[in-house]
Amino acid sequence: MAITSSHKSKLIYTVLAWTISGLIFFPILWTLLTSFKTEAEAISASPSLFMFDWTLENYRDVLERSPYFTHFWNSVVISIGSSLLGLLIAIPAAWSMAFVQTKRTKNLLMWMLSTKMLPPVGVLIPIYLLFRDFGLLDTKLGLVIVMTLINLPIMVWMLYTYFREIPSEILEASRMDGATIVEEVFHVLLPIALPGIASTLLLNVILAWNEAFWTLILTAANAAPLTAFIASYSSPEGLFYAKLSAASAMAIVPILILGWFSQKQLVRGLSFGAVK
Amino acid sequence: MATTQSRTLAKFMLMPSVLLLLGWMIVPLCMTLYFSFLDYNLLIPGEHEFIGFLNYEFFITDPAFTESFFNTLLLVGGVLIITICGGIGLAILLDQAIWGRNYVRIMVLAPFFVMPTVSALVWKNMLMNPVNGLFAHFSSWLGMNPIDFFAQVPLLSIIIIVSWQWLPFAALILLTAIQSLDREQLEAADLDGAGPFSKFFYIVLPHLSRAVTAVILIETIFLLSIFAEILVTTSGGPGYASTNITYLIYTQSLLQFDVGGGSAGGIVAVIIANIVAIFLMRLIGKNLEG
Amino acid sequence: MLNKLTMLACGALTMSAAVTAETITIATVNNGDMITMKELSSDFEAKNPDIDLKWVTLEENILRQRVTTDVATKGGQYDVMTIGTYEVPIWGKQGWLKPLDNLDADYDQDDLLPAIRSGLSIKDKLVAAPFYGESSMVMYRTDLMEKAGLEMPKAPTWTFIREAAKAMTDKDAGVYGICLRGKAGWGENIALITSMSNSFGARWFDENWKPQFNTQQWQDTLQYYVDVMEESGPPGASANGFNENLALFQTGKCGMWIDATVAGAFVTNKTDSEVADKVGFALAPDNGLGKRGNWLWAWNLAIPASSKKSDAAMKFVSWATSKEYTALVASKKGWAKVPPGTRTSLYENPEYLKAAPFAQITLDSIQSADPVNPTVEPVPYVGVQFVAIPEFQGIGTAVGQQFSAALTGRMTVKQALASSQRLTERAMRKARYPK
Repeated sequence: MAITSSHKSKLIYTVLAWTISGLIFFPILWTLLTSFKTEAEAISASPSLFMFDWTLENYRDVLERSPYFTHFWNSVVISIGSSLLGLLIAIPAAWSMAFVQTKRTKNLLMWMLSTKMLPPVGVLIPIYLLFRDFGLLDTKLGLVIVMTLINLPIMVWMLYTYFREIPSEILEASRMDGATIVEEVFHVLLPIALPGIASTLLLNVILAWNEAFWTLILTAANAAPLTAFIASYSSPEGLFYAKLSAASAMAIVPILILGWFSQKQLVRGLSFGAVK
Repeated sequence: MATTQSRTLAKFMLMPSVLLLLGWMIVPLCMTLYFSFLDYNLLIPGEHEFIGFLNYEFFITDPAFTESFFNTLLLVGGVLIITICGGIGLAILLDQAIWGRNYVRIMVLAPFFVMPTVSALVWKNMLMNPVNGLFAHFSSWLGMNPIDFFAQVPLLSIIIIVSWQWLPFAALILLTAIQSLDREQLEAADLDGAGPFSKFFYIVLPHLSRAVTAVILIETIFLLSIFAEILVTTSGGPGYASTNITYLIYTQSLLQFDVGGGSAGGIVAVIIANIVAIFLMRLIGKNLEG
Repeated sequence: MLNKLTMLACGALTMSAAVTAETITIATVNNGDMITMKELSSDFEAKNPDIDLKWVTLEENILRQRVTTDVATKGGQYDVMTIGTYEVPIWGKQGWLKPLDNLDADYDQDDLLPAIRSGLSIKDKLVAAPFYGESSMVMYRTDLMEKAGLEMPKAPTWTFIREAAKAMTDKDAGVYGICLRGKAGWGENIALITSMSNSFGARWFDENWKPQFNTQQWQDTLQYYVDVMEESGPPGASANGFNENLALFQTGKCGMWIDATVAGAFVTNKTDSEVADKVGFALAPDNGLGKRGNWLWAWNLAIPASSKKSDAAMKFVSWATSKEYTALVASKKGWAKVPPGTRTSLYENPEYLKAAPFAQITLDSIQSADPVNPTVEPVPYVGVQFVAIPEFQGIGTAVGQQFSAALTGRMTVKQALASSQRLTERAMRKARYPK
C-alpha cells in the first residue's frame, strides 16, 4: 500500500514474502523432490530435503508405462478448447449484462451460478446415458463440451465483474466518435478488458486441467487427459509415492510454466487500467 | 445510455450462453428429478418402480444428514475465512516492491495448479501422518506429542488442505483488484496524515469489496461439492465427522449405484445450495450493483 | 453409431499390417501384476497381429465405478474388464458377463484353485478368469519376536497375537506391536474386521437377512480390535489402509501386520523394505471355532455380454491367465513376481516355492477360505470379507465409518455396533430384504 522506495522496507517485505510463499510452496517442492527419490526413500522415517540418492527411475517408469504425451495432448486440447469456446460465448453475454442493465440481470447471474450447484455426483448417470446415446463417450469433443458448460457460469461471472469496472464514459466517448458496436467491442473494450479476459482464460484453463470427475468418468483410452494419467498411479496396493510424485510433476510443470509466462502478461496489462 | 439498438443486440449476445446453460441445466436436472422418484439401482435391472418421495425421505432421515449438513457449512465457512483473510494479506504483500516478485507470485499460485487428489495425498502422507509425516517430526523436535490430524480434528484437517488449495485463487483475484487501486487516493490520504490502518480500512477494503464478493461466490460454489480430498484422506470418518453432503450422497447412493437415491440426494443438495446462495446474496449482493 | 465409426477409424489408423485389425479396450487396476501384464502384452500382440490393445489403467475405486456404470448402461467402452470376486457373482447373476466358453484348448480350467473357481462360476460355468488371487496372513518381524522371547506358531490364535503385540510394543522407540487397517471403507477396514468376525463366530446377516451387530460375537470382535489397537497400534491408524501400513512395516515400525498375502512380495523386497530379511509368515489367527480370520479375493478378467469383440477379447483373456503367461513372467521378471493365487500347478512348482517364501502360507490361506460358507453359522450370502449384494458397498462403508470412530475413541464399541445395526437395518429395509 505504501509506495515507499526505502531499501529497508523493501528488504523486510522481501523476506516476509519469500518466507510465506516458501511455506505455501513447500508441499509442492516436496512432491517435486520426492519424484527424484526411490520408493524406499520416499517413505523413509527420516526424510531428507536434498541429501539423498537422486534418481530418474520414476520418470523412466512413468514414461514407459503410460502414454504421457497422449494424455498431455488431450489435456491441452480439452483445457484450451473449452476455455476458448467458453470465452466466445461468455464475452458477449458478460458485455450485455454489464452495459445493458436490466432488472433481471442480477437474477440471471444468480441463476447461471446456481446451475453449478448440482453436485456432479448426482447427475452422473443422466449425463453418462446422454453421452452414450450421442456417441460422445471417450471423445475429446464430449469433454470440451462438458468443460465449457461447467465453467461457463464462472466465466460469465468473472467477465461481468471485470467489465463493470470499466467506466462507461470510455464506451460513450467512442460511441460519440461514431464507432459501431462491433468496433466498440473490438477496439475499445477488449484492449482495456484484456487483463480481465486473460485471467478468466487462465483460471478456466487451470480449472479444466485439474477437473478430476468428468474427465475420469467420461473417458476410456482415447480421450483420457492427465488427470486419468495421475489417477492411474494412485494404487491401493503397493507403494507409489515416488512415482505419483513424478507423474504429478509431469502434470504440474506445464501449467506452472504457463502460469509463469502469463503472469507477466497480466502485469503488463494491469499497468494501464485507469481512465485518462 | 443504452439505445434500443444496443438493447436488442445485447439480447442477441446473451442468448447463446443462456440457451446453452438452460439446456445444460434443464436436461440433466429433469432427468435427475425423474430418477429421484424411481426405485432405480443400476445393479438391479428390471422395472423401475415409481416410489414417490421415498428416496428423499430416506436421504433426509439418515442419521448422518444433519451432521453432514453442518459439516458442509463449516467446511465452506472455514475455507472462506482462511482464504479471504489470507488472500487479502497475500495480495497486499505481493503488491509491495520486493525482489524476485515473479518467483514469489508463482510459488503462491502453485497450489492451485495441483490436482486435488494429489494435494490431499501429499498432505496426508508426507505432512500430516502422525508417525512418518513432517509435522510429526517437527512436533517431536519441539518435544510435543504429534497431533493425529485425521483422527482428532478430521474436519479441520480437510479445511486446512482445501484452504491451501484455494488460497492462490483468492490471492490472485484480490491482487488484481488491489493493483487497480487508484494510487492518487492513497497519496492524498498520506498527505492528510492517515496511518496504514485507516488507509486499509477506509480505502483499500471498500475497493476490494467487489472482488471479495466475487471470490466468496465462486469459492462457495466449488466448496459445496468438495469430494476428492475427503475420499482420499478420511473417507468421511471417523463416524461422520468429515462427511459433507456431497460425500454423503456418494456413500449413500452412488457407491452402491443407487441412481434413485443419488438423484434425490443431488436435488436436496441443489436446494441447500440455492438457499445458501440466496442467503449470501442478501448479505453481500449489494456489492455487485452500481 | 458414432462410437462404431470412431472405433473403425481407430482400427484403420493403427499401424498393423493386417487390414482388418481389431482393437480391444482393456480396463485394469494399477496393481504391480497388472502393470506387468501390460508391459508383457507385446507378446500377445506378436502372437495375434490382428488384434490391437488399448489400455485404461486406474485406481481400484474409480475403475470399479466406471466399469460398473459402463456395463450396467451398456456403454460399450470396454471389451475386457478387471473385476473382483465381489462383482462377479452380482454381475453374473444379471447376465452381464459372457460365459468363457471358448478359451484356449490348453487352458486347463481344472487347474484353477477350487476356492477361487467356485466364486467365479455361475451354475458351474466360468464367467471370469482369475488373474491373481490373494488371501490374508500374518507377517511378523522375526527379530522382534526373538527379542520378546516368543515364538510364532504356524497357526496362531487371536489371544496369542494380542500377547505378542503387547510384548513387541515399544512406543518410545516408535515400534508398534501390530499394524492393522483402520481406514473406513468396505474394502478397507471392513474387509479386515469382517474376516476377523468370521473367526469370532459372527456373521453379517442371519438366514432371514437380519443384521447381527447386536450379537455377542460382534461385540467380542470389535472390542478385541479396538483394544489391541489401543494397546499396541500406531497413532493415526484410523486413516491407514494397505499402503500406509506397508510403509510402516517396511520402515520397521510394526511388529506384526495382518493383511493381504500379496504384501509378502513387497515386504521381502530388498530394494524397498528395510526389514526384508527379518520377516516371517503365519496363517491368519483364529479362536478355535473352525474359521480363521483370513479373506479371499481375486482380480479377474471378464468380458461384458454386450461386447462386439468377444472373440478377440476371449483370446486375450486366455493368454493373460494361462500357464504360459506365468512362465513368461517368470522368465522376464523372476518367479517372485508371478501373479499368485490362481493355479494349483504354480504351487507345485519347486522354482516358485523357492523364490517366494510366503507361497505355502498363501496357498494354505486361499484353500482354507470358503466364500460359499464363510462363517461358523449359516448365512444367506456368499463372500468371505464382503457380502455379495449390490447394497454392500454403501452399507459396508457406512459401517466402516462407525468402526473407525470406535477406533479413535469417538464412540464406544457398544455405540458403534448399535449405530451399525440401525443403519444396516434401515438400508436393508429400503432395499426390501428379505427378497
